[in-house]
Amino acid sequence: MASLDDLKKRIASVKSTQKITKAMKMVAAAKLRKAQESAEKGRPYSEKMNNVILNLSSGISDKENAPKLLSGTGNDKVHLCVVMTSDRGLCGGFNSNIIKKAKSYFSKILSEGKELKIITVGSKGNDQLKRMYGDKIVENISFKESKNVNYFDADKVGKIVIDKFESSEFDICTIFYNQFKNVITQIPQAQQIIPLNSEDSEENTSEESYEFEPDEDEILSNLLPKNISTQIFKAMLENSASEQGSRMSAMDNATRNAGEMVDKLTIQYNRSRQAAITKELIEIISGAESL
Amino acid sequence: MSEEFKIEIVNPEKSFLIKDDVSEVVVPAYEGEMGILKDHISIISFLKPGIIKILSKSGDESYYIEDGIVEFKNNNLSILTSSIFNIADMDKSKQQDLLKQAEEESGKEEISDQSRYLIDQKIEVLKTLN
Repeated sequence: MASLDDLKKRIASVKSTQKITKAMKMVAAAKLRKAQESAEKGRPYSEKMNNVILNLSSGISDKENAPKLLSGTGNDKVHLCVVMTSDRGLCGGFNSNIIKKAKSYFSKILSEGKELKIITVGSKGNDQLKRMYGDKIVENISFKESKNVNYFDADKVGKIVIDKFESSEFDICTIFYNQFKNVITQIPQAQQIIPLNSEDSEENTSEESYEFEPDEDEILSNLLPKNISTQIFKAMLENSASEQGSRMSAMDNATRNAGEMVDKLTIQYNRSRQAAITKELIEIISGAESL
Repeated sequence: MSEEFKIEIVNPEKSFLIKDDVSEVVVPAYEGEMGILKDHISIISFLKPGIIKILSKSGDESYYIEDGIVEFKNNNLSILTSSIFNIADMDKSKQQDLLKQAEEESGKEEISDQSRYLIDQKIEVLKTLN
């Protein structure tokens, strides 16, 4: 049985932990609002971009000579996976959910005898993947310095991906991120960005023809790299909203658990104090009786 | 019949500008400046560095833009861009910064002819702003 002093110390320590988790929850809630806002604000751009590309690719006459970013290299030997995670921990299952999704995809690819290359964005993903797939990681990017998600960072990742594609280092590129649904639910997503998967986007009904200036091919070949960055940016925005949401609910749980623990420990403390008092009383009474 | 149409400028971070009383927009398209009026044919084009002029009932505005895509359809003009600045809000030091950056970039050896052309454009436009 722990002594009264030990119990007292434990209660104090759990209480201070609770204070920390409570504060973290508050901070996450504030950040979540901001992240959610910017995720919503960023949506029109990626939607418009998608629309334009859909219009373009449906209008493209010569499918054979379509830019490689749209049609792919024709192979699917080398897969590049961009795994996007957070730079900070203490956010519940956020990172491990992405990693789990990515790992199952990796083992599928490897079992098919294909080659795998990994780019990790965010240090937590790198930490977790390094052990199993350390030799597969070709690049590790972290944006610890940037306070908020910004397009400039996404563009950097996009450029790396495109450079690698142009030097034909891979055939298919997939990004992994968490889609923000609400505070409690984040859905890990695998999205193929090269070649562009237009099947899962809704069919564009307008058959209106556009005038292009310069011609379609040139526009497409200029637009597609931008689209890659935009998609990555979108993923980063979703990810940051998810991270804060996940952290908020994790910290909420932690705060509640700490509260329960404090209650339990307090009861234990009171019981043992009472026991000590009773013991002393019995000693005094039985001492008095024996006289 | 009104001669106005809608314009929407979006950048990756947010919707930059929405206006629906625009009478004319001049954009620096890839192959030269292009004026867009109501009932223009549907068009998709690229922008090179330059000035977007928006003429509307509620006042004229100019924006400096570095790149982008312009789409016009059903009297809706959408401009997608990653870098846009309102000229009225732009001060000298910001201009100088951008100019310096562009000049540095054009000093590099390894850039392609196309990007060199765009950077030269940028420098030219920035110089005329001063």
